Amino acid sequence: MARKTADNLLAAATTLAVGPEELLQERAAAQVVAAARAADPDTDVRDLAPGTLQPGMLAELTSPSLFAEGKVLIVRAAQDLAADTVKELKAYLDDPLDDVRLVLCHIGGAKGKGLLDAARKAGAREVPCAKPAKATEKLAFVKAEFRTAGRSATEDACRALLDSVGSDLRELASACAQLVADHEGTIDAEVVARYYTGRAEASGFQVADLACEGRAADALEQLRWALAVGTPPVMLVSALAQGVRSVGRLASARGGGRPADLARELGMPPWKIDVVRRQMRGWTPDGVAAAVAACAEADAAVKGGGDDPGFALERAVVTVARAARSASRR
Amino acid sequence: MAVWDDLVGQQPVVEELSAAATSAAAVVAGSADASAASRMTHAWLVTGPPGAGRSTAARAFSAALQCTSPDVAMGAAPGCGFCDGCHTTLVGTHADVEVVRAELLTIGVKDTRELVRRANLAPAGGRWQVILLEDADRLTEGAANVLLKAVEEPAPRTVWLLCAPSQEDVLPTIRSRCRQLRLRTPSDGAVADMLMRRDGIDPEMARYAAQAARGHLGLARRLATDESARARRAEVLRVPLSVGDIGGCLRSAQLLVEAATEDAKQLAEETDAKEQEEMRAALGAAAGAGGRLPRGTAGIMKDLQDRQKRRATRTQRDTLDRALGDIAGFYRDVLAVQLGAPVPATSDDGLREAVASAAGAGAPEATLRRIEAVLACRTALERNVAPLLAVEAMALALWKG
Repeated sequence: MARKTADNLLAAATTLAVGPEELLQERAAAQVVAAARAADPDTDVRDLAPGTLQPGMLAELTSPSLFAEGKVLIVRAAQDLAADTVKELKAYLDDPLDDVRLVLCHIGGAKGKGLLDAARKAGAREVPCAKPAKATEKLAFVKAEFRTAGRSATEDACRALLDSVGSDLRELASACAQLVADHEGTIDAEVVARYYTGRAEASGFQVADLACEGRAADALEQLRWALAVGTPPVMLVSALAQGVRSVGRLASARGGGRPADLARELGMPPWKIDVVRRQMRGWTPDGVAAAVAACAEADAAVKGGGDDPGFALERAVVTVARAARSASRR
Repeated sequence: MAVWDDLVGQQPVVEELSAAATSAAAVVAGSADASAASRMTHAWLVTGPPGAGRSTAARAFSAALQCTSPDVAMGAAPGCGFCDGCHTTLVGTHADVEVVRAELLTIGVKDTRELVRRANLAPAGGRWQVILLEDADRLTEGAANVLLKAVEEPAPRTVWLLCAPSQEDVLPTIRSRCRQLRLRTPSDGAVADMLMRRDGIDPEMARYAAQAARGHLGLARRLATDESARARRAEVLRVPLSVGDIGGCLRSAQLLVEAATEDAKQLAEETDAKEQEEMRAALGAAAGAGGRLPRGTAGIMKDLQDRQKRRATRTQRDTLDRALGDIAGFYRDVLAVQLGAPVPATSDDGLREAVASAAGAGAPEATLRRIEAVLACRTALERNVAPLLAVEAMALALWKG
């Protein structure tokens, strides 16, 4: 299997690492280098940092050497190359040399698209290097990290690691490597907790959701995390207000409609309707009024009207959470 | 007395300014004795409710200062409205009259320094160098401090005219350096009279507009002449009627804010694209909207766009503010009915019923709380609270009473 992948890697004269995630780009390049070195230990590797490749250099770099060793050229930030260099590269792509492996690292997107298209047309092997956006993708990445290292990790452990390290792939990868190096056996949540605690990312929407469900303590905890990781207070207030607004608008929408119709009427995505429906149970009209007033007050306070944005936010969160349970207190 | 004609119902102020202009003319002619010269001074602060004609008064006064009518030498009061001086001042092209209008939210230190420089120039026309700040309340604290020295002791023939809604809107240190003029709210009768006389509006419409505008001359004229302004007002005044439940509150709040945003966008469409095109042409950009800009000029375009964005914010706030004024006026009428106060109503006949039913539905205390809520919303908007949130909070407070 490994043999076959290496053959594959070497078969392609050009490798395209397309996407904004630098870690994945680096890995794609490293794979090619490793394969080339395995075939020929004397392989000459040139890693060209962004801006190094100047017009005229390509011919020099690709010209055969006296000892006829293989070569790997890694061009970083290929989207930023000067027009003349791009022209040379395109000419090279049409007529590649046998003993040179070219790796183009490209951020994707519209900039420098001509080079990308030319490379694709020339039959380059393409490695996607997109940043994982969804939680499941990040989780899959962490699992794959452990699997590659030949270790097993529980689902909980992967989640805990994501929570406390955040979504930066490089940090995640190094955290995984560290855990693998420091610990023997299966990696579970307890092991992760020994090395990593806290929370790297907390968004205003989590705070708002918890507050609108009436879970004051959880919402306050999440709020503290959000402030600690530097979420701007203005965004937090706006998320909180958005949450309360959704509750108010759904509560008074002509009830009984299908979620899709409601979603269109209120301008919310259908899944959001379900979430808000769940939150809505404990609310009363008076509660909505009090919560909106508290949000408006907090907004004024975080925009310079008050001394302490954190305090203003805490008050707003508590008021909202209390309002979210106002129905049950009657 | 032509330049004073646009001032409605402000007789005492007109008399004082006219006397000052007369002695100013005497100063220019070199024939002023001590008592006459004291009627003129170098810094004036004109205050009065919005729309009462603060800037109109200041402009009329600057015209009178620049009046070159030969009649003045014969003993007539300056401010004929026909001579070169009056005319160019009124249309805004006089070389010695600098009118500063805040298009953005504030007037900053940088702009103010330029004014101070200007204040030290001798008048090109040999009469008075007039600097008219239409929105002195929008001076930032730093900017006002830059003005202190210049306002206290300007060059001999320099006159500062500052306009602000109230004296508390300018720094006490500025206030104490100015002679103060207070405009009063013109009566509905005077406003209606002005509409009929000046714009040829028919009496019925003039009465409606004067009532609805609550003494705001510009607004009265717009209401009397612009159908869409009347429609907008009618829409705004539906808000107090549609706050029956929280859904209605949130919906009407959204409508109000969207209308204001729409207003700002409309204005932006009219001016922004044109300004940007002019700036591109000035910078020597390639023709067409997507043309490449010369190197190093992107920052200038960005500044312009920044300024336009701030202007849009200002338009949105002004529109919202007017709407809030209308709503507060509605509840004022409700309160008047509840207390049986014999004051003229601001709302027109079409709303009589709505006012009466709202008056029957609640106690005067609730109405007062609602008015407080509207005013609190205005304060919140000034403090930069997100407009939708502020208006929602107000609408819900109206619902709660």
